[in-house]
Parts: sequence; C-alpha cells; structure tokens
Amino acid sequence: MSFLKQSAVVGTVLMMSFAAQAADDKPAVVFDMGGKFDKSFNQGVYAGAERFKKETGVSYREFEVTNETQREQAIRKMAQRGQSPIVGVGFAQSSAIETVAKEYPDLKFTIIDGYVVLPNVQAVLFKEHEGSFLVGMLAAMASKTGKVGYIGGMDIPLIRAFGCGYEQGAKYSNPAVEVIQNMTGTTPAAWNDPGRGSELTKGQIDRGADVIYAAAGGTGVGVYQAAKDSGKLAIGVDSNQNHLHPGTMLSSMVKRVDVAAYNSFKQGLDGTWKAGVQSLGLKEGGVDWALDENNRSLVSADMEARVNQAKADIISGKIKVHDYRSDNKCVM
Amino acid sequence: MEQSFLFLVLTLDATLRVSTPLIFCAMAGLFSERSGIIDISLEGKMLAAAFAAASVAAVTGSAWLALIAGVAVAVGLALLHGFACITHKGNHVVSGVAINILASGLTIVLGIAWFQRGGQTPSLPPTARFMPVEFPLAQAVDGVPVLGTIYRELLSGHNLLVYVAFLIVPLTWWVVYRTRFGLRLRAVGENPTAVDTAGLSVSWLRFRAVMLCGLLTGLAGTYLSIAQNASFVRDMTAGQGYIALAAMIFGKWRPFPAFGACLIFGLLDAVAIRLQGVHVAGIGEVPVEFIQALPYILTVILLAGFIGKAVAPKAIGMPYLKER
Repeated sequence: MSFLKQSAVVGTVLMMSFAAQAADDKPAVVFDMGGKFDKSFNQGVYAGAERFKKETGVSYREFEVTNETQREQAIRKMAQRGQSPIVGVGFAQSSAIETVAKEYPDLKFTIIDGYVVLPNVQAVLFKEHEGSFLVGMLAAMASKTGKVGYIGGMDIPLIRAFGCGYEQGAKYSNPAVEVIQNMTGTTPAAWNDPGRGSELTKGQIDRGADVIYAAAGGTGVGVYQAAKDSGKLAIGVDSNQNHLHPGTMLSSMVKRVDVAAYNSFKQGLDGTWKAGVQSLGLKEGGVDWALDENNRSLVSADMEARVNQAKADIISGKIKVHDYRSDNKCVM
Repeated sequence: MEQSFLFLVLTLDATLRVSTPLIFCAMAGLFSERSGIIDISLEGKMLAAAFAAASVAAVTGSAWLALIAGVAVAVGLALLHGFACITHKGNHVVSGVAINILASGLTIVLGIAWFQRGGQTPSLPPTARFMPVEFPLAQAVDGVPVLGTIYRELLSGHNLLVYVAFLIVPLTWWVVYRTRFGLRLRAVGENPTAVDTAGLSVSWLRFRAVMLCGLLTGLAGTYLSIAQNASFVRDMTAGQGYIALAAMIFGKWRPFPAFGACLIFGLLDAVAIRLQGVHVAGIGEVPVEFIQALPYILTVILLAGFIGKAVAPKAIGMPYLKER
C-alpha cells in the first residue's frame, strides 16, 4: 500500500516537473523520411532550425524518422520530454501530430505543409500556386517552341495546384503558349520513380515542350536529367535545385520551409506563437523563385524584370492567382 | 500521317527503354525457376545492384567498375538465396521476401550514411554512365523516308545495355535448349531425382542457375541507376521485378514468349506515358486514370483469354532431399 502511495507521489512529482519544464524554450523538430540532409524539404527546415540556434543560443532536440511507424513515436517521445514547440515536417506527419497534440494539450505543435486544426497546433501551409505562377512565366518566356511541360508526382490536389499556378503564369506571359501536363502516378510510388519521370519528360519533349517543371519529389531527379540529356530546360521545386544541373536548370520554385521552422521556434521563445492555420505566399516570403549564379545566364534582364513585376502585382493583389484547392478546378 | 508515324516510332523507341530491365529480370527469373528455385527476389536484387552501381560510379567515376559492382552485389544476394533454399532447404518465398526487404532497407540506410542525401546517390556525370550509342550514319540517313526515321529514332541512340538485353534473349534460348547445361537445368527443375541418379550434383546445378539469375538482375539494376537514370533513388525499381516475374509466367517459363510479354508490358507503359493528356481523334482526351489502368486491364484480359494454363516446372519450390 505504502509502496503504491509512494509511487503515486513520485508519479505526481514527475508529472509536475514535466509541466514546469513545458516552457517554450525547448523546441524540437521531427524530420521526415529523407532526413535532414536531403538537399530539399527537410534540409530547409534544418537550415531554419540552425539559424534559430545560432541567433538565440537556444538548442533544440531533433529526430530523423526513417520509417513510417516512427513518426508518431518520435513526436510522442518529444512530447513526453516536454519539448515545445514541436515541429513536424511534411504533410505525412499530419495525423501523427494530430494524435499526439490531443494527448498533450499544454504543449505547442507546428506542422509544416500539413493541415491540422487544434487549439495547440499551428499549421503552416504554402501558396505554391503563386510561386508556380512565377516559374510558369519564366518557362513561357524561355520557351522557343511555345510549348512548356509540367510533371507532377502523385495525382493529388496539392500537385494539381502547382500545375494550375504554372499554367496560369505561362498563359499570363504568353497567351498562346501550350502547357502539357502529366502526372507520374496515383500511388505514393510516384514520388520515387525517376525512370518514369525521365520517360514522361522524353514524351513531352517529343511533343515539342522545351521547358519542363517538375513537382514530383525523387521522380524529379529523372526529369531534370532527361531534360539535360536532351539539351532542354527544367525547373526545380521545394528547395533551390538550380545547382543540380547548372546551365539547364532555368529556376526553382522555392518553398521557404526554413522561414516556417525559424518562425515557429522564434515565436515560441518570444511568446508570440499562435495556433491556427496560416498560409504563406509571396507576400509573406513563403514561396519564391530562385535566381543564383547557376541560372544567371539563362534569365535575361527583361525576364527578371517582368517576373519581379508580376511578383509585386501578386503581392499588391493586382494579379489574382487561382488556387486549384479552393474548388478543385483550374480556372484561367 | 507523318506525325502519327513519328509518334508510333517514338512510342516504340520508349518501349525498348522501358522494357529493358523487364527483359533482364524475366530471363534471370527463367534461369532460376527452370532449375526449381522460385525467385521473387528479382526486385530486391535489382534494387541492391542499382544502388551498388550508382555508388561505385559516383565514387570511381567509371561505368564499367559500376557494372561489375552491381553484378557482384546481385550475385552475392543470389548466392544468399541459394544458400537458404538449396543448402538449407528453406522456403523459397520466405527467403525471397527477406531479400526484398533487406535490399529496400539497406540501400536507404547505406545511402544516407555514405552520401547524406536522404538515400539518393549523387548525380552522375555522363562519363560515369552508359550513354546512348549513335549508330554510324544515323544522321546521314535522316532524309530517307520511313526507314531513315526507323533507323535513327528506333534502332540507333540507345545505351549499350539496351542492346545487351535484346541479345540476352536468343542467348538464353540457346543456353536453355541447345546446350548440355540447359538440358540438365531443365531436368533438375522437373525431376531432380533423375538428375541425381545420373550422377550430377543437384545443388551445384541449381547454384549455377541462381548465379546466372544474379548476373542478369545485376545488369537490370545497373541499367536503372546508371544508364536509364543518373543516380539511385530509394525504391527506384518501383515493382518492375514483380512485373518481370509476371511476364515470365505469361511466357510459360520460355525465353521468347517471356520476351514478348515484357515487350507488351513495356509498350503499354510507353503508351500510357505518351497518351496522357493527348487528344485522340474521334475520342477526345482519354482520362488519365483509364490510361494508367490500361496495363492492368490488358493483363487480366491476356491472362484470362489468351495465355491458357501456365504450367510451372514440376519440382519448383521443392527442396531436393536425397533418400538415405
């Protein structure tokens, strides 16, 4: 009996100490499959977290998920340790964040690129269609044949939104342009099929496309390679992928996940962290197009000026880019 | 007319590229299964070989060393399969599944540890890959109608391994049906007791068969990562090993019919890729979903209507036990 009582006391004390530690200066991040050096999405988050650490001197805990079953375990483990805010990377972690956030209502959670509505969850989404609009303009301006291509990964509304924004951008800069759109597949295997990506690219090139934009994860590797092998241009996605093939990468549509991660940590520390869904577009610096020394020679001063003008117009609201996800239709 | 002819030629051209790994794997499976060893680990061996080839090519910059590494790793896994199934008389399917899981996991873990790109290997320069081979006069015959187009677009301009795959098929037929080794190979898959009675080693014959299987899956994997593509991406085989296995069964464990099945699968895939979003005269735009389901629909139709009964080698999947 006394043993039971004792352990109950110990348990309570432990729980209290957890609660006491649940301040917001213990940030944590759970990277998704791919790992923090994936040269893409996760690495962006890593860069943001590192910037936070450097600027504030506050260290963070991290975990790299290596298979699907670890997502929830890893997030729960961070919650048990009283970490807050806990940042989950990628829409695949949405359900895990939702489950654990319900179990730990006092902790703060942030999901990047996922949609979760709970009083203690901040969901950061991106207006990919706005960034895609800009690279679509670039593609239409760089195209000599008047045909540009888009290759999506798995056929889901998010990936349709990329293509829809791209098409709007291309048509905005050249109303006569033809946009060829393909999806790699309808299962998650479509994210990791560079062979099919390369075949789709060759197919589009045979039909006359000479600039091809891919939003297809690992499949994109095959797309960029095939474009390079045929001497055509390609556009990267998520992080700045211009360095992959300098000279044939026209640009990249970057999602500033680093900004999202940094903001979440910083706001947690400052006490300005707010739950709710936020959507980062061009205005908030959440998406952008990439221009660096690797694609400098491909983008003329005129192209740059026109894209930046359109960017300013989108920010000011003069140009409205339709979001496919709002009504599952692509309206020009 | 000119347009649709070019479309046809380009589709056939894509068919050759897409069906190459299937052909290698189908012939690999044929050697193994004809000797009585079920092999569902074509997928895993191909994946491991793809990773090994891409890694070695990234480090050494040599496509040939990469090819050797890819084949060596696949043969190693094939020997592991043989060790489990032949030496220890284990269950063939279980061993095969184990190899598939091992390859899928290990390639990612090693890839992350060695290259730190989330399981991808670095992108290879052209010198470290098997690049397209231009046939002589390919540009010169461009003016010749029909034949010129076929020569330039269809026959010329593939990489070395594509041509090897198409030579492997008659070679496989010759080995299986016209050599002493082939006769014994078929016999050991049908009736190992008879082979044993004739004074031949069942184990050694079967080991040679799985090694050949490893060699061919090694070529398939190498093709995927350093010829068709320029780097390894996790799980990049995307089920092609299983499709090849199905093609081999369609072909009733015979080289040329299996080759035909591989070409049909490749053609359907190429058509699916090229018809997406294209307006077909009289029909309009074909829905993407239908195009993507087409290979599977045709598979069912072919299987139900045209193939008839597929009879496996008699002793397949059974470990050989000597009576004592």
